[in-house]
Amino acid sequence: MKEKAVVQGFADNLDVRSRRGVLWHMFFQASTVVGIVTLIALMLNIMNGAFGYVAYEAKVDPDTLAVDGTPVKNQSKEQLVALLRSTLSSGAFNKLEKDKPFEARSQQEVYQLVIDRIIQPQIVEVWSLWSSLTQRDEIRATIAKDHPGAELDFVSWLNPNFVKRPQTSEPLTAGVRTAILGSLWTILFTILLAFPIGVGAAIYLEEYASDNWLNRVIQTNINNLAGVPSIIYGILGLAIFVRTLEPLTSGAIFGLVDPTTANGRTVLSGGLTLGLLVLPIIIINAQEAIRAVPRSLRNASLAVGATKWQTVWSHVLPTALPGILTGTILAISRAIGETAPLVVVGASTAISFDPSSPFSKFTTLPMQIYQWTSRPQDEFRSLAAAAILVLLVLLLSLNAFAILLRNRFSRRM
Amino acid sequence: MTTTNNSDSQYVMETHNLDIYYGSFKAVTNVNMKVERNKVTAIIGPSGCGKSTLLRAFNRMNELYAGTSIKGQVMFYGEDIYARDVDPVEVRYRIGMVFQKPNPFPKSIYENIAWTARIHGYKGKMDELVEGALRQAALWDEVKDKLHQSGLSLSGGQQQRLCIARAISIKPEVILMDEPASALDPIATLKIEELMQELKKDYTIVIVTHNMQQAARASDYTAMMMLSVEGERSGTVIEFDVTNRIFTNPRDRRTEDYVTGRFG
Amino acid sequence: MTELSLQNNVKKKTSGINLRRKPRWGEVIIQALLFFSGFFSIFVTIGIVYELGKEALLFFQMPEVSILESLTTTKWQPHTGNFAIWPLVTSTLLTTVLAMLIAIPLGMSVAVYLSEYANPRVRNILKPILEVLAGIPTIVYGYFALTFMTPLLRDILGKDVVQIYNTASAGLVMGILILPLISSITEDALSAVPRSLREAAYGIGATKLEVALQVVVPAALSGIAAAIIVGISRAIGETMIVAVAAGAGPNFTLNPFVGAETITGHIVRISGGDLSYDSVDYNSIFALGLLLFIVTLTLNIISQAIVRRFREVYE
Repeated sequence: MKEKAVVQGFADNLDVRSRRGVLWHMFFQASTVVGIVTLIALMLNIMNGAFGYVAYEAKVDPDTLAVDGTPVKNQSKEQLVALLRSTLSSGAFNKLEKDKPFEARSQQEVYQLVIDRIIQPQIVEVWSLWSSLTQRDEIRATIAKDHPGAELDFVSWLNPNFVKRPQTSEPLTAGVRTAILGSLWTILFTILLAFPIGVGAAIYLEEYASDNWLNRVIQTNINNLAGVPSIIYGILGLAIFVRTLEPLTSGAIFGLVDPTTANGRTVLSGGLTLGLLVLPIIIINAQEAIRAVPRSLRNASLAVGATKWQTVWSHVLPTALPGILTGTILAISRAIGETAPLVVVGASTAISFDPSSPFSKFTTLPMQIYQWTSRPQDEFRSLAAAAILVLLVLLLSLNAFAILLRNRFSRRM
Repeated sequence: MTTTNNSDSQYVMETHNLDIYYGSFKAVTNVNMKVERNKVTAIIGPSGCGKSTLLRAFNRMNELYAGTSIKGQVMFYGEDIYARDVDPVEVRYRIGMVFQKPNPFPKSIYENIAWTARIHGYKGKMDELVEGALRQAALWDEVKDKLHQSGLSLSGGQQQRLCIARAISIKPEVILMDEPASALDPIATLKIEELMQELKKDYTIVIVTHNMQQAARASDYTAMMMLSVEGERSGTVIEFDVTNRIFTNPRDRRTEDYVTGRFG
Repeated sequence: MTELSLQNNVKKKTSGINLRRKPRWGEVIIQALLFFSGFFSIFVTIGIVYELGKEALLFFQMPEVSILESLTTTKWQPHTGNFAIWPLVTSTLLTTVLAMLIAIPLGMSVAVYLSEYANPRVRNILKPILEVLAGIPTIVYGYFALTFMTPLLRDILGKDVVQIYNTASAGLVMGILILPLISSITEDALSAVPRSLREAAYGIGATKLEVALQVVVPAALSGIAAAIIVGISRAIGETMIVAVAAGAGPNFTLNPFVGAETITGHIVRISGGDLSYDSVDYNSIFALGLLLFIVTLTLNIISQAIVRRFREVYE
């Protein structure tokens, strides 16, 4: 039997301490698991909502509209236009012609009109993916009992059409095209504002600013702005871009818009607001990238009689560019996902036309998700889930691109 | 606007009672030396005595470090380069510098030189200029087939010669060299020393080196620097003379101790 | 020798070497533009303070509003002329506390694990996951809170205890959102503790746990405090999760299982509707915004001051 030699006055407590260590180790590991589990739960939850059975009742059964065995969805444009003409009142038909001539509409668009005006499906109930997969028979039975006339279809709320269709008030035919375009337009103005000013400020702070109180204040101010909640930027944007600068942001100065409907809640205002939001991020990231350029490079350039700007433009910036770009892409990622400031600035409820100019009213992908999530009906939850998937794919690609960029350039250096 | 200088004088550069400060710390004290045209002047001394600081003052590169200031004068062809209306960019155009660790631009070999010439308004035949500079720096044969490869792809010794080529491409009056061979292997070092002998035909060279043998081999004049007084860590030139004299018959006891290796 | 003579033609050596300053207008203009870019951020801050302050002042000057009433009563119902801020403030605090209950222990725990225990392979999996969690837009978290967390809570605690809109779901999900933030700042602080300190402790026979919790963590205390304060600031300013899941309509209660509206949720709801300039509603947004701005700014400044003042000197 081994005897442990215990020093006088000290306890033989290694066992206890080891056990305690093991317990805490398990706790630490468990806490990391929480993060992973939540992420998985989040993804599954969204997938669950984005696919599933839908029971809907149509005002007019599509099967009755088949011509010579060709289902209505496959009929030619001319057949569909004839169908519309015979079913709708002449007033309604002519209005459609006036909004956009049938000549100019695609078959898909005319079919959409047939669905909206003639078939008019009403959603009765929506099921999640999990329920759809595990309770198929019970669902069929329930529908047969309670809603005998209803159609039961497995709907993949996320489908290629979803991305191509504009926003409509009818859940089964709604799409996110309007929102995606709105997001892209907004980001355009965000970058136009934030990139030049952000990189310029970073160059100033790292290359030109001497260490005096003003420059220290500027730096501290930027660090503070990075921590301001995004909704404050929204309020700022509301006050300045939407209200004070209304003539500019609504396009009234340029005489481009109808004065009766023009206001400052335009893509331009939204983009500029987000530009202010991401400005500190771009500055701080660019500063880091510029700081990483070795001093010896600047010395070499100055020693051959180059001016400061020649040194910055020809040597420092090209070397720092990968880092600056990565930071910009991160800023874009952040901006694309922002909702609160744009809700405050944009506040548009149902926008169903694509943005066509900086002075258009707008909606963005996160705003659309917010609106759909806020509706009580289940079908809108499903739409929201599908839209979330689109948003996540967009962000994932963007971030993957940034990582690719970073790796490619760090290898070359 | 008159230019009062005499560029036909024997001495390209002179310092008059030069003190160099980092903030309130006096790093270099009371240096009076003359740099003769088309000669190699070496500055030697134990590490930490201010050699590089002194050298950097010759083309106002010391101003890149915050808080530096000087008292006294540094003359270039009779003009004080620290005068109020003197442009440091012009100074560095005329007085070039090669650094301890080679620092070619992350561009092609060709562009390293071409960009330098371009910013100074060179509008002539660039290919010839590049070739000329590389030939003078004894690098042409080694790189003539890969002019468009990155300057960073060369060996250490080649990179340093590229930096020299870049510096001379704009035909400065003086080339300052801050321990140019200390990061290189012996063979590359030898090449640099041979190069200096060639270059001095067209340029004036001031070189800082901690390698005494190098100074003895390669220089015409030598300035011996040392910390002036015990406890006060300020460097000064304690002796300045023809190199031969410094190494065989120095006047100052401390110089003799240093060059004979008794300390340093 | 032809190359040499060509070179001599590049620059004729003249006796008139001119060192005088040349006016470089390009440089001056560029420097001015760069300075303006740097100074621009000051305009942003001035803009925030001015606009929020101006409209907030208008708000308090309105006949229906009195500061005293704002601070001493507990109903916020603009239509009936009640403008007490307490319902909004307590709901904000409630969600913040709930979020911190999750984010602080778990965030610090993850940080300790990553810094003291994890091998490189685990780190390479874990850190990207944390980055992903941090990068998910808050609206998605809001959706998650409403469609997953709330039903979960209702299943566990009963449908009559937990309402459909409640602050608990929002608070818990907010905790997950903030966890990566606290974790990364804490981990930075822990990594800054020099190796030698750990080695000293191991050298006298301390266990890994003891080194982690009794040597490293105390040595990084200022950074950890900063992390916590930043996390709180983030939670106070968070909008979309509470807008979606916590409820619409101020409610003065400490019960986390019923609906209530936070300051941020209120701002979003009011501005999302029909808004006429200079109405009471419009000005109330700015008053609330000003409050939010002052609180979060103060927290951020405190956090920076803590790091600056108490930054541990290790050598």
